[in-house]
Amino acid sequence: MSEQVGVVTWISGPVVRARGSRYVGMLELVEVGEDRLVGEVIGLNGDIITVQVYEETSGMKPGAPVYGTGLPLSVELGPGLLKSIFDGVQRPLPLIEIESGSFIGRGMRLDPLYRKDRWKFNPTAKVGDVVSRSAIIGTVMETETFEHRIMVPADLSGTLTWVAPAGDYTIEDPIAKLKVGNEEKVLTMLQRWPVRRPRPYMTRMRGTTPLITGQRVLDTFFPVSKGGAAGIPGPFGSGKTVTQHSIAKWADAQVIVYIGCGERGNEMTEVLQEFPHLVDPRSGRPLMERTVLIANTSNMPVAAREASIYTGITIAEYYRDMGYHVALMADSTSRWAEALREVSGRLEEMPAEEGYPAYLAGRLAEFYERAGYVETMNDHIGSVTIVGAVSPPGGDFSEPVTQHTKRFIRCFWALDKSLSSARHFPSINWLDSYSEYLDDVADWWQEKVGKDWLKMRNHAMELLSEESRLSQIVKLVGPDALPDEERLVLETSRLLREGFLQQNAMDKVDAFSTIQKQIRMLELILYFHERGLRIVKHGAPISLIHNLPIVDTLIRMKSIVPNEELEKMDDIQKQIDDQMSQLDVEYR
Amino acid sequence: MSDVIVQSGQEVVGVSRITGPIMIVEGAANVSYDEVVEIRDGRGNLRRGRVLEVGEKTCVVQVFAGSTGLSIDGTRVRFLGDTLRIPVAEEMLGRVFDGLGNPLDGGPQPLTDHFADVNGQPINPTARIYPRDYIQTGVSAIDGLNTLLRGQKLPIFSGAGMPHDQLAAQIVRQATLGAPTDAPSAEAEQFAIVFAAMGVKHDVANFFRRSFTDSGALTRVAMFLNLADDPPVERLVTPRAALTLAEYLAYEKGMHVLVVLTDMTNYCEALRQISNIRGEVPSRKGYPGYLYSDLASLYERTGRIRTSEGSITQIPILTMPSDDITHPVPDLTGYITEGQITLGRELDHSGIYPPIAVLPSLSRLMKDGIGQGRTRGDHPRWGAQLYAAYAHMQDVRSLASVIGEEELGEVDQKYLKFGRAFEKEFINQSPTENRTIEQTLSIGWRLLSMLPKDELTRVSLDELKQYYQGEDAKH
Ligand SMILES: Nc1ncnc2c1ncn2[C@@H]1O[C@H](COP(=O)(O)OP(=O)(O)OP(=O)(O)O)[C@@H](O)[C@H]1O
Ligand SMILES: [Mg+2]
Repeated sequence: MSEQVGVVTWISGPVVRARGSRYVGMLELVEVGEDRLVGEVIGLNGDIITVQVYEETSGMKPGAPVYGTGLPLSVELGPGLLKSIFDGVQRPLPLIEIESGSFIGRGMRLDPLYRKDRWKFNPTAKVGDVVSRSAIIGTVMETETFEHRIMVPADLSGTLTWVAPAGDYTIEDPIAKLKVGNEEKVLTMLQRWPVRRPRPYMTRMRGTTPLITGQRVLDTFFPVSKGGAAGIPGPFGSGKTVTQHSIAKWADAQVIVYIGCGERGNEMTEVLQEFPHLVDPRSGRPLMERTVLIANTSNMPVAAREASIYTGITIAEYYRDMGYHVALMADSTSRWAEALREVSGRLEEMPAEEGYPAYLAGRLAEFYERAGYVETMNDHIGSVTIVGAVSPPGGDFSEPVTQHTKRFIRCFWALDKSLSSARHFPSINWLDSYSEYLDDVADWWQEKVGKDWLKMRNHAMELLSEESRLSQIVKLVGPDALPDEERLVLETSRLLREGFLQQNAMDKVDAFSTIQKQIRMLELILYFHERGLRIVKHGAPISLIHNLPIVDTLIRMKSIVPNEELEKMDDIQKQIDDQMSQLDVEYR
Repeated sequence: MSDVIVQSGQEVVGVSRITGPIMIVEGAANVSYDEVVEIRDGRGNLRRGRVLEVGEKTCVVQVFAGSTGLSIDGTRVRFLGDTLRIPVAEEMLGRVFDGLGNPLDGGPQPLTDHFADVNGQPINPTARIYPRDYIQTGVSAIDGLNTLLRGQKLPIFSGAGMPHDQLAAQIVRQATLGAPTDAPSAEAEQFAIVFAAMGVKHDVANFFRRSFTDSGALTRVAMFLNLADDPPVERLVTPRAALTLAEYLAYEKGMHVLVVLTDMTNYCEALRQISNIRGEVPSRKGYPGYLYSDLASLYERTGRIRTSEGSITQIPILTMPSDDITHPVPDLTGYITEGQITLGRELDHSGIYPPIAVLPSLSRLMKDGIGQGRTRGDHPRWGAQLYAAYAHMQDVRSLASVIGEEELGEVDQKYLKFGRAFEKEFINQSPTENRTIEQTLSIGWRLLSMLPKDELTRVSLDELKQYYQGEDAKH
């Protein structure tokens, strides 16, 4: 199936040159050396082929053979993706462990999807149907609750000449035959798609539904719409990974693709060990059952790290094409950019900013463009939302990856070292962050909670910006110099910061807030402000308000009122009323 | 240093260029990437090197000992046909080696036929066990606020002249497996210490040796020393040799291994030097673009795996040039390790030992190793509260420096007092003081009790009831 197409002439880390370019194409998958290490052609010049190899090249010699495969780097798609964990080029890590033990060996060739499992196939199309690209021809229950829709490959259309009857099949068994022109193609549940080519869809639509993450600062203050793209930049230890894990756990997406790109091994292990035991609040099933993990940790080969992002996004698009809402987490896109830089450096390309290749911005754009809310080829609605972590050197947002990313995303969750140092989590800075989806999703909120979410949200933001201005003054002269009305702004802002924005991912009750809880919390804090303002205007000293027991309650309500017991919020509102009314009477 | 581990291979004359520790060799065929070479100078002395890049007729070789004394004509190179390996054996504990793993104590080569590749191989994430067992170091600022777990990589970020060595030695000396406060203590387990020095002074190495001797641990320690006057390129191998032994002890012999690497800044400088000589495109401050991946290939060699009882815990030490935490060495380290213990210049100046600046310090794995059944139920929120209070105190302190302490409100004055006491009584302790986690927690509560009760919103009401001892404890 693969024949020798060249001979290695030069080796430097993951980059290998060989002679013989007439026989291979750009971006073709090749195998290098006696161990048949997998690589990809990334340059053709005269008769010189440049290959990036996805494995460690120690021990390789000039003169080693290079074999062509005739195929581009592709992923396998079909039932069995969910619950899996792959490396950057979709090798199944659990099988690698069985083959080579606790450490990842080289030259392993393993099928990404397990061939022997039988899946109960239910045809939904019949002989004679004219089907177009990505048409759904049957279904399989991939987990107890997840329906995997079997589609015609996205680059084929024709007439069905045979459809398998309902029954148990492996992913390699024929399940249909398709007449394409004069040719008859056998279809199986297993298909392949080249990772660097976006999968087709019918039309791109404006996303007007937010991705609900259960994280108050995100949903209420800086929402991302389904099909949107968000970036989380932040220095080390500021909370990128915890935020992405929280989204992966609680977001109302049907499928999660989590890419650990050049990050820690233990973080992937944590997900692997935790997700099977966490229950998806919506399906009632273990979270792992909606999750696909791609792990190419920082000590795994750097070229495979570059590929991991494409492997992940292609799997995400595949589920989108079935009509599902998919959320993709990439932690961290900076490590991916660095992989590009490292390979580019070995190719001796002209560097642009900070050693990154000039095509960095182009690659980032291509990646984020693959997010979207679409009508699929088979008339379903599906989406891919991308949340990309960015790890700027020194926490300096002016560096190239952060700057270019900003051009291609519409939601920016800026993590702030000074907040994380003070253990304000999630340390998303409310003044530096923004979402351009606010207006897009406002109607959805109105419909779901029956309240003017955007107005409340904007009012809270005004208070917070006012607080920031006032605290400049406080720093110089102390709080006593401010009039009580302004000190009330400080008081309410503290409630917003500590009672609302701060959310402890490790606390059972606080880790996830429904939108109903979020809006109610916000409403109560703003109500406190409104009542307080009236009293202060009548001359009550701020210290009286500060000392009301309700202040403590409002800070604690996030962890004492569970999502299921929101009626307790009415009690809290009553406490505000009672305590404020007393002051009202005194200072009329 | 002449012990040749891998035998035979082709010998060629044909060095065409020597620049610093980098040598271009012509006319060698059948050379493999990353292969070890043996270099014989004009006088017949041997040194070793490694192939960095290989073409059909030329290859680039990095000479570990540097090129001093090598000439283009007189040098012969023998290719040894394998990547760099070191012998690994249990009997290496109690011994001292040079930066390449050769005996330095006059003793024989370890007797073993087990040779391991110094580069190691990545641990499969599916094979790991997520760390959960906490190590009691007896240092309050660590155990209470930045708990170290078995299998964690937790560096010390320091600066020139600060007592990082003393702190690391104290941790090594006092570390015991923490047990829940109400459970019987774990039985004695097999432990080992692997110490790697990179470009540090002789007295630093001696200090550690003395400290190991005093605590009676010396027979459980293997030392790999590349000191300040040893060849810089050699230090690129030193941590790898040390970690290779650590992996053997942990994953094949089931020991709990604590690895101390010092000073990572020197290691990175050696890497930068090689990169610059090779004319590679630099990223920040002249360091190569692959510094992150290179450091990860060391730091990620930490943890626990399912097939072994043992573990590797890493404490790398680095000095931040001009105390700058955004410098590439601490920065990229922080992006890889699971937190950091940061030492603060101001605390050091005010005589606080250990001068651990708690706000920029962090242990990311702490959350999984503390709390009910591990340390104590109130520990997580107690920690969050101390952090929050101390962070607020910093703001108060800077306000006080502007408007004067007397101008502060009553509550803020209490914060100031709390802050001072926190530094003097909680962070500060003697280098020989070994506090239990119970002691650490109760000092914390005593300090929190200096603040009004309604300021303490991070701890639960029940915890307040049980532990708060302040004036308004009653209501
Ligand atoms: N929402 C949260 N609730 C509680 N703690 C948090 C939260 N977010 C972050 N933390 C704390 O901050 C630590 C660091 O967070 P995290 O690992 O997500 O940082 P990061 O930005 O991904 O860093 P790096 O770039 O080095 O990977 C966590 O280990 C945890 O202790
Ligand atoms: Mg992270």
